[in-house]
Amino acid sequence: MTLLEVRDLVTDIGSARVVDGVSFRVAAGETYALLGESGCGKSMTALSLMRLLPDGGRVSSGAVELGGADVLGLPEREMRHVRGGQMAMIFQEPMLALNPVIRVGEQIGEALALHQNLAGQPARDAARALLDAVGVPDAARRLDTYPFELSGGLRQRVMIAMALAGQPRLLIADEPTTALDVTIQAQVLDVLRRLKDERQMGMLLITHDLGVVAENADRVGVMYAGELVEEGARDIFFAAPQHPYSRMLFEALPRPGDSGRLTTIPGQVPPLDGAMRGCRFAPRCPSAVARCRDEAPGWQTINGQQVRCHLAGTLPASNARAFAAHAHPTHAAQVLLQVDGLKVHFPIRRGFLQRTVGHVRAVDDVSLDIRAGRTLALVGESGCGKTTVGKALLRLIEPTAGSIVLGGETITAKNAPAMRRQAQMVFQDPFSSLNPRMRVADILLEGMDALGVGAASQRREAVMQLLNRVGLPDDAGGRYPHAFSGGQRQRIAIARALAVSPRLVICDEPTSALDVSVQAQILNLLKDLQDSLGLAYLFITHNLSVVDYLAHDVAVMYLGRIVEYGAAADVLRAPRHPYTLALVSAVPRIEAQSGPGIIRLAGDQPSPLNPPDGCHFNPRCPYASEICRQTYPDRTDLGNGHWVRCHWVAAQA
Amino acid sequence: MLAYILRRLLYAIPILIGVNLLTFALFFVVNTPDDMARLQLGAKHVTPEAIERWKAEHGYDKPLMLNAAATGSARLTDTIFFQHSAAMFVFEFGKGDDGRSIGNEIRTRMGPSLAIALPVFVIGLMVNVTFALLMVFFRATYLDLWGVVLCVVLMSISGLFYIIAGQYFIAKLWNLLPISGFAGGIDGIRFILLPVLVGVVAGIGGGARWYRTIFLEEIGKDYVRTARAKGLGEVRVLFRHVLKNGMIPILTGAVVVMPLLFMGSLITESFFGIPGLGSYTIDAIQAQDFAVVRAMVFLGSFLYIVGLILTDISYSLVDPRVRLQ
Amino acid sequence: MSAAFNFMPVILWTDALIFALLAAVLVLVWLIRRQEHLRAPWRGVAQRPMAMGAALVLSVFVVIGLLDSLHYRAKLPDSPADAPQYSVEVLSVFDALVEGLRTRQEKTYSAPLAMQLYAKEFVQREGVTVRDYPRLQHGGAHLAHADERLPDIAGRALAGAAQGALAGLLVFAGLAVWQARRSQVSVGTWLAAWRGGRLGWPARTVVLMVTAMLMLGGALMQLAAGYHVFGTDKVGQDVLYISLKSIRTGLVIGTLTTLVTLPLAIGFGIAAGYFRGWVDDVIQYIYTVLNSIPGVLLIAAMILIVQVYIESNAALFDTAAARADIRLLALCLIMGVTSWTGLARLLRGESLKLRTLDYVEAARAFGVSHARIISRHIFPNVFHLVLIAMVLDFSGLVLAEAVLSYVGVGVDPSMYSWGNMINGARLELAREPVVWWQLVAAFAFMFTLVLAANLFADGVRDAFDPRLGGRL
Repeated sequence: MTLLEVRDLVTDIGSARVVDGVSFRVAAGETYALLGESGCGKSMTALSLMRLLPDGGRVSSGAVELGGADVLGLPEREMRHVRGGQMAMIFQEPMLALNPVIRVGEQIGEALALHQNLAGQPARDAARALLDAVGVPDAARRLDTYPFELSGGLRQRVMIAMALAGQPRLLIADEPTTALDVTIQAQVLDVLRRLKDERQMGMLLITHDLGVVAENADRVGVMYAGELVEEGARDIFFAAPQHPYSRMLFEALPRPGDSGRLTTIPGQVPPLDGAMRGCRFAPRCPSAVARCRDEAPGWQTINGQQVRCHLAGTLPASNARAFAAHAHPTHAAQVLLQVDGLKVHFPIRRGFLQRTVGHVRAVDDVSLDIRAGRTLALVGESGCGKTTVGKALLRLIEPTAGSIVLGGETITAKNAPAMRRQAQMVFQDPFSSLNPRMRVADILLEGMDALGVGAASQRREAVMQLLNRVGLPDDAGGRYPHAFSGGQRQRIAIARALAVSPRLVICDEPTSALDVSVQAQILNLLKDLQDSLGLAYLFITHNLSVVDYLAHDVAVMYLGRIVEYGAAADVLRAPRHPYTLALVSAVPRIEAQSGPGIIRLAGDQPSPLNPPDGCHFNPRCPYASEICRQTYPDRTDLGNGHWVRCHWVAAQA
Repeated sequence: MLAYILRRLLYAIPILIGVNLLTFALFFVVNTPDDMARLQLGAKHVTPEAIERWKAEHGYDKPLMLNAAATGSARLTDTIFFQHSAAMFVFEFGKGDDGRSIGNEIRTRMGPSLAIALPVFVIGLMVNVTFALLMVFFRATYLDLWGVVLCVVLMSISGLFYIIAGQYFIAKLWNLLPISGFAGGIDGIRFILLPVLVGVVAGIGGGARWYRTIFLEEIGKDYVRTARAKGLGEVRVLFRHVLKNGMIPILTGAVVVMPLLFMGSLITESFFGIPGLGSYTIDAIQAQDFAVVRAMVFLGSFLYIVGLILTDISYSLVDPRVRLQ
Repeated sequence: MSAAFNFMPVILWTDALIFALLAAVLVLVWLIRRQEHLRAPWRGVAQRPMAMGAALVLSVFVVIGLLDSLHYRAKLPDSPADAPQYSVEVLSVFDALVEGLRTRQEKTYSAPLAMQLYAKEFVQREGVTVRDYPRLQHGGAHLAHADERLPDIAGRALAGAAQGALAGLLVFAGLAVWQARRSQVSVGTWLAAWRGGRLGWPARTVVLMVTAMLMLGGALMQLAAGYHVFGTDKVGQDVLYISLKSIRTGLVIGTLTTLVTLPLAIGFGIAAGYFRGWVDDVIQYIYTVLNSIPGVLLIAAMILIVQVYIESNAALFDTAAARADIRLLALCLIMGVTSWTGLARLLRGESLKLRTLDYVEAARAFGVSHARIISRHIFPNVFHLVLIAMVLDFSGLVLAEAVLSYVGVGVDPSMYSWGNMINGARLELAREPVVWWQLVAAFAFMFTLVLAANLFADGVRDAFDPRLGGRL
């Protein structure tokens, strides 16, 4: 039974047509996923349905029917009953989407009062029941908390509870887990799936993550530049995507165990405020023919799938990317960086005299080493201290203890300049890592000038070479960062790090702010640079599929300590620590996963301010025993350089 | 919380010492008592004897910081600094040039000052917030646009104009209210109305425009969209969600000036003949009565610091995210 | 050298600073024109009709203020050529341009556009002494009879407006031809684009504003030739002249004060935010102390000190103008010292945020020195805040002058300023009939300048503030 029907929806914001002729249906009890990269119009489609477009936005044409009733034609007063009552929406960033100064219970109560006429104690009971339903532990007490007192995962559950308060028939989830850690994401997605089944709601799931789609959706619609370009049932779509754009999205994803070059999509999404001619994807499509550029393609049905492409069906079946196993370089490479017992503690000051009453042990006794020309991935969830490790290595944060030996030389505060020529950093957010007031050439020159690399006269020449090396045009040096896209900016940031010819580059989540297709470009570039320059990388990330693609060795961090360490193939394919197991199995994957290793973690990562006694992981660990609650485990060696810190594993060995 | 307040109070001491030293330097070191005497006596009467006599009358004939002639603790206490500056820490302000005790004057004049300043503050806050909310409610319409233009026009008009125009039209031409004066009790209300009205109107332009920006910033935030997605109407969204968040900076911004209300308003009081601290200050400046000016500087700083502490406390009261420690 | 001329140039302290400021602004404009990212927000300002209209009004004020800053002393007519003597009166080029306004003094008050004095006097009429309103010496002196006054005023106003309109049309025609040629289209096409508002800059507003100002100016000039447009003051001086002379005072206070404020605010604000730790503590201490002292009292105390200094060093100042000027400069300095704290606090907060940004971390990873990080990474990224604060403060300072002059700690009482005008006229409100024109003139001029400044400031803020406008 069709619950929601959208026909030829057109939405404009100012002069930009952000949604252009989108049609789809969602049945009750079904999850329909809108898939696409940033800026393709998925969120605007959802906001059009809710009639919550930002200022200057309006639905220009089209029809939206919910349970047979026209939504767009309703007067605003009646629309308010639909919002929250018939269809509810949850948003990406739960910290921002909840009112910071109103208690959680009241925020849920508002929706209950509006749509169920509940007030007072019955409303409170209903709110508590809702929190129970979304799996918030200790729900009665949480009603009186403020959003900032809750963790990200709990906040998103509160969001969901609030959306459910009106007993909506359709739930719109706009990137509901993008801001969450992978283990929490798995919990929240479980909740959403369960509730949808229990209540027979229709769900419109908006996401950029193919893995999330694969695990949650019944049907999929792919959006590109304001249009739907492909639509079909999940299984058929994942078995054989028809549109070249969909196919390239798949090919741009790093696959487990595969280190072959990733497919990248050249160019960028066209600006939406200009006139469109022909197929919107044609300028970036490797198979485009003349017709694609002149004539907008209509819908074709192939094998039960709708696709909007002139060439659909005639293209060769998904051109299988060559599967290349990781090359195993000789282990003889010398150790470039050796870190021993690194600690970074931040003092906590309290009370009348601001005495130090304790320490946040952001990094607590971390040891690792990186060989020349190889990549060590430092993996962990947000707040585990992985970024602090990176910054402490460069002495951007002064370490509390520990020794750092780089290229055979012990690094102290005094000889930091020597270290700075050998190790550099690439940051996560390409927008905040480049000074908007400096030309690209000046940005690249800064390091060379500061460290006196090369003769001053040759530096300009060096800038040109760097730009070429990272695949930017020659004239890029004269422009300012705002003239570049996110991916190009990240190239500039990489070039800046390379300007002083370092041997080690610390990459702090360099691709997590980028779209999949752009991420592929950056990963390819990093790999090429490693091959040609013999760079070593410390790759800090939470994204396991990227680790799989790039890393030779992996260190898994939890609450300031490394809990598992070893060759990438060992750690990712045969994880031993329960936390690594959970991490690996929480990643939504395109391929169906099976096996005994699936662990769903309960709860959140505790605060490093007050870590649990014994093994830090014990409160969330399904295998925790008495000893885990008492002593922190020692290393258990598993051979081939693979070790874990876990009593449970130690007992098995 | 208590420890926090204690620490802030301790922190206030060096600031008050700084203020004290600064005023001491300004009034006694850069501008010596001899200069003061010359200024007071006027060009005709300046003789060395007259200067000495003037200094002796005002107690300015002692050494500045260190009395080498005295013995024991008097070396420090029998000085201008100790008797005129340090004494202020215990709110010992001494006498003004007219011979009256400054402390007494301050106590009796605080009431009238507050009688004007407090209503202006409270009514002004409410009027400005209301205007700002109205503009935000009609945002992106011509009503909002012209509201902003009106605010800019209002804030471009000199404060003196509001007073003079108010006195001229309302009091003189239309005889609605007395032009100036002050009385205690219920009877005094008719004297208060005009200055309060003028004070509120003069503040609307800047205030309403500022609050509008605050509310507009809030209204662009994600939680507002969430509230709308719940099905809340625009009025509820505005009054419950936006107002609650927007009032945090507004209230705490207002708290800092609250203690200073005791000081009154210089111009308003002097135009309307209110016997408050504002007109006292102005008279002192015009009569170049340094003792009073010094006392007012110290009092003002003290109240300002109290305001700072109150601001921090009010933050922790209205914003659940702020915890003092 | 000056002996060859009929005057001796006088450079007052504020004159020198004003022209230094002008030079600095010109250099800045030249720099901005060369940098695309600096030019872009200014283009945004130029596209706002309100801001452009305000800028035109401001520019009129600025031109008058600059002309009034070129001072000289005229040679006394009967002084010998080999040892010239100069008048003690310091005049400006502006005085020379409006000589008529300055010299046509009456005896005392007269109402705007009047032909008679405000007060009755005994006058000789046809041999008899009667008590009546005497005729003015200059205002309406060309009229034979009182009945001719209104038609004459209307005629002059219309003629002036017509001349202004004509001049406006000429300017418009010149602009159209120039612009059309520049963009290589026919004049007709350009005019069509102008009418449709499709030029990319608010040309309609500019043309209409210029024409309106020319018409107003023309009418004023015609009327001022025969009347005292805003009446005369107690000593019979033309109020229009006083109001115009006050422009320079207002501008000096608004601009030179910020000139004092800026280095303090920028230096302390950025240092506190960037270095944190004890530097931050010390700077915060200084500005809390300064902030905690009521501003008027601090200004009062310091002005009294300056007054004492001037009186005890009278020999240093050869003219009354120089004395008044040094007090004006002192006032700017003092207001600057008391008002840097707000901007410093803002810059501190912003620097605190900026220092944690990745591009600053990247620079630190290269071991770039603090001075270089501040000059290349922090300062350019807070500059828009400095600019916004500068234009926003300007109008507040102009208004503050009036209040301070009222309190008696403003500019020198002998100086032309709106504050002094208001202060002098305030007491006359009790008269019957009321002497209102001085007040109205002062308020009107002040209002025009402050409103224009505020509207311009709004435009600048909207264009520069990334939260309101687009990304820079």
